[in-house]
Order: sequence, then C-alpha cells, then structure tokens
Amino acid sequence: MAEHKQDPAGVPMTMIQALRSGLDVMMGRDDNVIVYGEDVGYFGGVFRVTEGLQAKYGKTRCFDAPISESGIVGTAIGMAAYGLRPVVEIQFADYFYPATDQIVSEAARLRHRSAGDFSAPMVIRMPCGGGIYGGQTHSQSPEAFFTHVCGLRTVMPSNPYDAKGLLIAAIECEDPVIFLEPKRLYNGPFDGHHDKPVVPWSKHERGRVPEGYYQVPLTKAAVFRPGKAVTVLTYGTMVWVSECAAREAGIDAEIIDLRSLWPLDLETIVASVQKTGRCVVVHEATRTSGFGAELAALVQEHCFYHLEAPIERVTGWDTPYPHAQEWAYFPGPARVGAALKRAVEA
Amino acid sequence: MTPHTALKLHVPEPTGRPGCKTDFSYLSVSPAGAVRRPPTDTSPADTADLATSLVRVLDDDGQAVGPWAPAIHPERLRRGLRAMMKTRIFDARMLLAQRQKKLSFYMQCLGEEAIAVAHSMALQDGDMCFPTYRQQGLLLARDDISLVELICQLMSNERDPIKGRQLPVMYSYKRAGFFSISGNLATQVPQAVGWAMASAIKGDTKIASAWIGDGSTAESDFHTALTFAHVYRAPVIINVVNNQWAISTFQSIAGGEGTTFAQRGVGVGIASLRVDGNDFLAVYAASQWAAERARANHGPTLIEWETYRAGPHSTSDDPSKYRPADDWQRFPLGDPIERLKKHLIAIGEWSEAQHEQAQKTLEAEVVAAQKEAESHGTLLDGRVPSAAAIFDDVYHQMPEHLRRQRQQMGV
Repeated sequence: MAEHKQDPAGVPMTMIQALRSGLDVMMGRDDNVIVYGEDVGYFGGVFRVTEGLQAKYGKTRCFDAPISESGIVGTAIGMAAYGLRPVVEIQFADYFYPATDQIVSEAARLRHRSAGDFSAPMVIRMPCGGGIYGGQTHSQSPEAFFTHVCGLRTVMPSNPYDAKGLLIAAIECEDPVIFLEPKRLYNGPFDGHHDKPVVPWSKHERGRVPEGYYQVPLTKAAVFRPGKAVTVLTYGTMVWVSECAAREAGIDAEIIDLRSLWPLDLETIVASVQKTGRCVVVHEATRTSGFGAELAALVQEHCFYHLEAPIERVTGWDTPYPHAQEWAYFPGPARVGAALKRAVEA
Repeated sequence: MTPHTALKLHVPEPTGRPGCKTDFSYLSVSPAGAVRRPPTDTSPADTADLATSLVRVLDDDGQAVGPWAPAIHPERLRRGLRAMMKTRIFDARMLLAQRQKKLSFYMQCLGEEAIAVAHSMALQDGDMCFPTYRQQGLLLARDDISLVELICQLMSNERDPIKGRQLPVMYSYKRAGFFSISGNLATQVPQAVGWAMASAIKGDTKIASAWIGDGSTAESDFHTALTFAHVYRAPVIINVVNNQWAISTFQSIAGGEGTTFAQRGVGVGIASLRVDGNDFLAVYAASQWAAERARANHGPTLIEWETYRAGPHSTSDDPSKYRPADDWQRFPLGDPIERLKKHLIAIGEWSEAQHEQAQKTLEAEVVAAQKEAESHGTLLDGRVPSAAAIFDDVYHQMPEHLRRQRQQMGV
C-alpha cells in the first residue's frame, strides 16, 4: 500500500482524533477489527481515543475490559488466533508489565513456534512518555523492553498524520505491533519548552489528516528535517525537542524520526550518518540498555569509517521518572543542543 | 509483653513421602452415581455442591450408574478404550526412545489418558483446545493425525511440522483444534477465553476448551482467565487437571488444602464440576454437559478432573525422590484404562482376548510409525531441519536484519 503524500486537503486533527479516525476507518473496513481495554468502551478511553466507537460499532466491536493487562493481551492473542484483528489498549505504557509474559512468550513467538500454524496479528496501543508531571508510573518509555523481543514490531508516531497512517498499517500488519503513543503529543507538538504555551495541532501542518484510509509504512523512517552537520536519530516527543534544539543552537542537523523503532529503516539512518559523519541519539527512556544503545551500535557498525566524532546519546537519566524534578529529568532542548554542539565541534 | 502466642507459618506437606504411604483421605470421593446432574442452564451459584463432590459413573463392578451415565454406543467406548491404550503405548515407546537418545525429552500422561481422550470425543470439529503439554490424548484420539508426524515433532527431524523449533511434545495442530503448546504455564487459558469470545463476537457456534494443571492454577493467568470467561460469558470449558502433583510439589502447595480447584470457579461465578478423571464415562458425560452449556450460550464451565500423575513429571524427573514408589497403586480412583475395560467386559462388549489383540495391534502400529519417523532422522543422527529455518516465521515477512543474520550464518 503506497504511502499517501501529506494531504493539504486533510482536516485538522489532534493526535487523539487522528488515532480515533484510524480506528474508525479500520472498524468500518473490516468487521474483524475489535477494540477493547480499560475504560475504552462506553466512556471512550481516558484519553478519548476510542470516543464514540462503541456507539457506532456496538458493544461486541468496542468494549470495556476488566483491569487485567495479561487478560487483555492474553484474550487478544486468542482472538487473533481465531481470525480477528484485535486492537487493545493498555491505559499507560507504565502498566504493560503484568502482560509481559503474554507479550513476550506468546504473541511474539506464536507464529515461529507453530511454524505459521497460528499467528497473532494484533495491535497493543499504549500511551507512553513523560513531560506531563506523570511521575513514576505515568511517564515511562518502555520501548527497549519490546525492541529486544524477536517477533514484535515497535512503532511510535510523532504527529497526527503519522499516528493515523501507522496505526492503520499496524492493524493490517500480520505481526503483533506494540503501538506507543506519546501522550505529551496528544494535543499538540511539544518542544520541551514547558514554560511556553503549547501550540495546538490545529495550527500545524502535520495536524492535517486525510479523513479516509491511508497507510504510513512500518518500514520507513522519515527525514523530519534535512541537514548536513549532524544526524539526530530520535522518535516521539524528542523529534520536536531535537528540532527546537537544532534551531536554537543554529546547527544544521538532519533529524530522523524513526517512526518504526524495530524493525527499523537502517538504510535511511546509514545514508544520513554517512553524509553528516556525526550522530546524536535522543530518547526519553533511561540510558543504560535503552534503545539508543542499539542505535549507537548499529551506526558504529555501519558508518565507522564515516564517523568524525563519538556518537552521543541524550536520554532520560538512569533513575525512575521523578515528579517534582520533571524538567531536570526530561531531556529538553538545552541538553540536546549541548550534545549537538559537542558532536559538531568534536 | 504481647498477650498473643507467636505466629506460625504453615507450609503444607503431602502425607506420603518416599518410604511412607500417602493418606488419600484428603481426596473427597463420592460413590458412583451419587452426584446429581443439573440442567445445562443451571446457575453458577447452584453448582457449589458439585464443586466439592465428585461426579462418577463407573462403580466398583464396572457398571455405569446414576444420572451422569451417558448414552453412548459401545462402539464409541471401544474407540475410546483403544485411543487410551494407544496413548499409553505411544508414551511408553517415546520414553524408551528418549532413553536411547533418539529424542531429547518426553512427557508421559500415564494415568491421565481418559481425560483428554473422552473430552476430545465430546467436542465437535472446529472447536479449539488450548492444551498443556500433557493432553496428547486429544491428538491420539483422532484418526486424522498421523503418528509418524507426531514422532517427527518429538525427534525434531527433517519432517518435523514445526521445523525443530520447539521441545518435544510442544505440538501444534490447528486442523485438529489443538493450539500451539507453549512452555510458559497457564498462558493458554486466557487465550482460550479470547478465542471463545471471538467465536461469540462473530456469532459462530464453535467453543473453546482450555487446559491447565493443578500447579499452574497458582499462575495469575488462571485467575485472569476465570474473570474474563465470567465477565463475557465466554463459550469455554476450563479444564483443571488435578493430578495431585506439580513436578515435586503436592497440590496442597498450589492451594488445594481443605478446598477444591472447582470451588474457584463457583467463586468467580462460573458453573463448576469436580469429576473423576479416571472414569471415562464421567469424563465424557461432564465434557458433553459443559460443551452443551457453552454452545447454548449458557456460559463457561470449570471442570476439575481428579486424577493421578502416575509417571514421572518428565524424562528429567525422578519421583522416587519426593513421593512413595507405589503411590499410583494406592490411588483411590485407579487406572482409567482398567476401569473402562472392566465396564466394557461387564456389559459384554469387550473381552480379555480382544483387549490383548488390540494391545498387540496398537503396539505394532506405534512401532511401525516410529520406524517410519526415524527414517526422516532423529536427534541422534543429526538429521534436523535446516538452520536457515530458524529465521523464518519470526515475522510474516523476513525483515532485513534477519536476512543479514541468515547470510552471516552462511545458509
């Protein structure tokens, strides 16, 4: 399925509305798409992503689930094995842990262990990320738990257009997809300047979203901002922070929004770093064994003779996500900008 | 000073350990025919008494008695007996093959043959079982699953349908309604509930059958599955095979002391039965009752099957280190094959001579199948699936990184 070009005729949507539109489009196209999770049905989700879907498609297509992450994921695996395409929600990424066994041992491996006899085409949506005073259990970025698991696809959009297109692609994908939604970006882009008013998506070109069906492929990164001086590998909220940091530091950075974390678009990454000779990896998640380590290793393996500086990583600290110290923890434009300078001056 | 006595931690113990006899009085056993058979639309709360008593059909004389005695043609019973015998013979041969290093590992279901075999006969084509590693009877009861193919899986040889990726016994047979087995305990129970929910969402008529052992009921997924099955009235049968042992751990450590696993079902609002798992007729009748209930939209059923794990947990286990050697001989519910054989003889539908003949025929069938399977390789001769097969099926289509890794391997 070819990717739609950004459609200037699209209608303004927040990321929440874009995700809802993606679910609506797919539920309309395919009776096998089933949506459930905690507070997802009648109430429409604590973030409103599933608002109106139960009224439109009925209680057997969109329904509330007991508070049991392993039950939600475990039943979805059974539904997928039957032939449905469940799209389930874990209310916060911080609460996926009780479902770890079902995700890692079951959904990810079902096709392989049965040699294709059974498979689990399903999507697990999880709001993730910090920058919202969410504290320890409403701010985590657990993507590295998933990228480490063979058989899973891990995806994270940074804007409404991609959110809808990637979600549709994830629902149509034959593999289990972990779909991480940066809740900080639900209502508008966020560049890390928490002291400035947030610009809503309605004032942004990437907040224009086609109303119908389109896909953003799960195999392609996006060059968010072309540049020559340094490559920034990032995703989610940090795409916006990185763009702001480069602008403020006056550095011609090429910012790559990975979109699909794993499997990823190595070609785009390698082409960029071979061009710039420098690389900064930026993510909110904690540093040690975070996904940035894999990115740095891949760049080192594939671009060693092109590198003119050590690969930098700007990440969350190796601590639980704090509450009061939110902005000391969150890797904002100042920290990213400093790393960009170190990289280009090295 | 506190007026209270010091608190004590209670750690359950089996009465029987190596060198001393088990006191099976903990196992509450009802006389055959004594337990009532409610209508299939019974309310879960009304099954409380059934969750503590024991549904039994075959009496000590081998007669089928009471309200659960099923109307079943003797030919079907003979089929069931042969399937149980085949299962036991198969297990014995595979145990031997493991000792000869032709396969790396094996798990028998010695003593539990009636449960899977009779249950399978009560289901319909298209229903889906979510088994553990000890329900091989579900497959061996079927004529459309080749013994050769099963043994090829056990030997992880060139004809292994799951390409050498899984331990022996972890079969997958979608076409036989047998879900891919996972090593992770209890995970299949919520999956079975989800499969059943899917069938209900689509307005289908198929039902799911979930399987779990006594030990694994302690896993959180057991609780999870019961909740979802109850909440959505999923058309599922949740089978708890209480064989009294989880490797070396007696069922009291799983939470069985002074209670039953069937009572868990009643507690969450699921109709529940406790059934003699070594009584082929009771297994068939209870399974049929639960299947009818599910198919009529009356909701899920939990069945605790009382049985005894007669063999070692696996080929890596030595039960003489933790339980009496003669425990099975003393188990009050006996041997399922002997009991059905006695019944068929008592009603004039079987004889010692026929039994002996069937034993010989089935042994020859299994030996021939093993020979043919071995012609496709064994772990011993190293004729295993290609190493390149590791990389297939991780994803629907092979991503670039796996393509690179396969090339690195040079295959």
